[in-house]
Amino acid sequence: MDPFQFFYSLPVIGLVFELIGYLIHILPVIAPIVMKASVPIGFAALCGVMCERSGVVNIGIEGTMLVAAFVGWTAGVYLQPVLGSTVGPVFGVTPTLLAALILAVLAGVAVSFVHAWLSISVRADQIISGTIINIAAFGITGYLISLLSINSPEGAGQFKAWTPPQAITDLPGVGWLFDMIFGQGPITISLIVIVIVFQIFLFRTRWGLRSRAVGEHPRAAETVGIDVIRLRYRNVMLGGVLAGLGGAFLSMEATAAFQPGMTVGDGFIGLAAMIVGRWTPVGAFGAALLFASTVGISQSILIAPPSGQLGEILISLPPQSFDALPYLVTIIILAGVVGRSIPPAADGQPYEREAAT
Amino acid sequence: MTRRLSRAWSVLALPIISIVLSVIVGSLVIIFSQWLVTGELNPGLALDAYGALVSGSVGSERAIVNTLDNTMPLLLGGLAVGLGFKAGLFNIGVQGQFLMGALGSVIVGVQLSDSPVIVAVPVSLAAGMIFGAAWGFIPGFLKAVSGAHEVVTTIMLNFVAIAILAAAVSGPLNVIGSASPQTLPVGNASLPVILGRNGTIAIIYAPIMAVLYGFLLFRTTRGFEIRIAGASPDAARYAGMSPRHLIIWTMTVSGMLGGMAGATDLLGATHTMTTTYSTTVGFDAIAVALLGRTSPLGIVLAALLFGAMRTGASAMQIQAGVPADLVGVLQATILFFLVVSPVIKRIFRLKGAKTGLEDSATTFTATYGGEATIR
Repeated sequence: MDPFQFFYSLPVIGLVFELIGYLIHILPVIAPIVMKASVPIGFAALCGVMCERSGVVNIGIEGTMLVAAFVGWTAGVYLQPVLGSTVGPVFGVTPTLLAALILAVLAGVAVSFVHAWLSISVRADQIISGTIINIAAFGITGYLISLLSINSPEGAGQFKAWTPPQAITDLPGVGWLFDMIFGQGPITISLIVIVIVFQIFLFRTRWGLRSRAVGEHPRAAETVGIDVIRLRYRNVMLGGVLAGLGGAFLSMEATAAFQPGMTVGDGFIGLAAMIVGRWTPVGAFGAALLFASTVGISQSILIAPPSGQLGEILISLPPQSFDALPYLVTIIILAGVVGRSIPPAADGQPYEREAAT
Repeated sequence: MTRRLSRAWSVLALPIISIVLSVIVGSLVIIFSQWLVTGELNPGLALDAYGALVSGSVGSERAIVNTLDNTMPLLLGGLAVGLGFKAGLFNIGVQGQFLMGALGSVIVGVQLSDSPVIVAVPVSLAAGMIFGAAWGFIPGFLKAVSGAHEVVTTIMLNFVAIAILAAAVSGPLNVIGSASPQTLPVGNASLPVILGRNGTIAIIYAPIMAVLYGFLLFRTTRGFEIRIAGASPDAARYAGMSPRHLIIWTMTVSGMLGGMAGATDLLGATHTMTTTYSTTVGFDAIAVALLGRTSPLGIVLAALLFGAMRTGASAMQIQAGVPADLVGVLQATILFFLVVSPVIKRIFRLKGAKTGLEDSATTFTATYGGEATIR
């Protein structure tokens, strides 16, 4: 049955074929898992593209997402008694969840504003500024959650996945793709839409051209009348919207709870995805999917390992090696790809207006 | 005399103002967060919390010894980050190097648990340093060879270190028959106690490392090269130094210091390792290095401050009911005020005040994101 059966008997190369065969076999099964895992990474990567295309390095995405995740969940706790939990028509949406989502996004914008102020107006080192945001986010959310959990509060639940009609998901060959994309919650589906819209806006509109100009050569942009400072502020805060959505996904769609440090490095993997995707929205999202696929593959290996020699090897590995997989893959791909992936020319450089004479 | 005083003030002004401002912000956080959660507005709570924090960290002989114990890993970690800063490298991976160092020292320490102390302690400590150095070498090598920025790679390696640690403790190092995965105690490889109930010899060797750090940076050719490369990679290359070589060397030594911090914690405090063995030293060390302005004495003082805060935090949680995580908030606000120093200088009219990071800090952003300036 298996077209690769013959190759499996070969030494070493056989294992590679076995692995490829296994991956093809499990792809439709793990696709929804991969899609979910790619959401925080993808939003972080888009936030990175948004900031760095206009010349601001944002290492603080991780912290921004963490704060947004915290605010989303906490807002749910406090708004639940006020707004109630009447379930809407789709996605299991309630007024509380919707309000909490908006607050989470606003929190992302607020944190990004701090980063924008530090790196654009104060002209502090942007990597230190981002690191401070990460440390502060970790500290303040950890502090507040241990204070809050004394009362063991009830959250507002989570967004539910949409069930696409069977007619689509049962289509031979591509049905699993539709299931992967549309059999998801609202934040996940919005990610796909945002990727496409962002790509078009960045390369086909005046705003996109101006943003890229400000990231490549701010001085030249200024001479043709673009307000560099304002555009950078606006883009970093738009990036905060994206990071806010990524954070909200963690505590309101993927789970219905907030855990300290629940971003577990997704913000940084997002930055790596941005570099691998060459600072384009579609490329960054593709890279995010790639990184996220390690999560799906490791889960699949733990639940249904491949048969034969390959399976024996994989099972004999300690389970923690699969936890490390996304991070290892990130390092390897990053080391292989940067140097050939060129960032915007003015990335990370604070801009100082020339004194008017 | 007045000139000396004004020089001292120009160095100390910004750190001191930052600390004072963060204490004020911290008390606002305490009062308002308590008000939001419990509905009681109690301004005295901040005083109670800080009182407990101080008495829990320096209020008794035992508290002081605990503070010193907690300071030493922070001091070593701060040196690790500071060395990177000097070379224009941002080692956020002290967290991972710490864990790998602790792992290395527990692997060897358990083997040597019955050996004479004079052998067991140095060898276990060295094992931790080697593990840490290896964990620092990787991002250094990757940056030198491919330009992968250390900020991303070191953070990825932190997570890999957590996985390796968990795999080792629940696998080969696990004691058969224990309720939850755990290694054997390190026995004779434990750091000898020389002060009070639990003040270990780390109180001696960690400050010595600070002295060596100062000697390396300001009295050796290598230190000179590091400082030049940090201030201006182009100038360093022009002067015939090899930035690639320096990057690898600095990251490895930085990792070694991080590993030593981990070994110090394991051999000195926990003596055994579980799968949940973790630390806050990695992030605290960044704050220590920044607050200490990467100078040896500054790092010692900053480490003492944060060591005291970490020690007093549990007393604060028990006596005042304020979560120990507040320390993280205080640290972040101290860093925040340090970074906004241009603004603070303007507000407080401090023209000459220095942050100490003016030259090297811009280098890591300059090398961010690829091709970089490493040629």
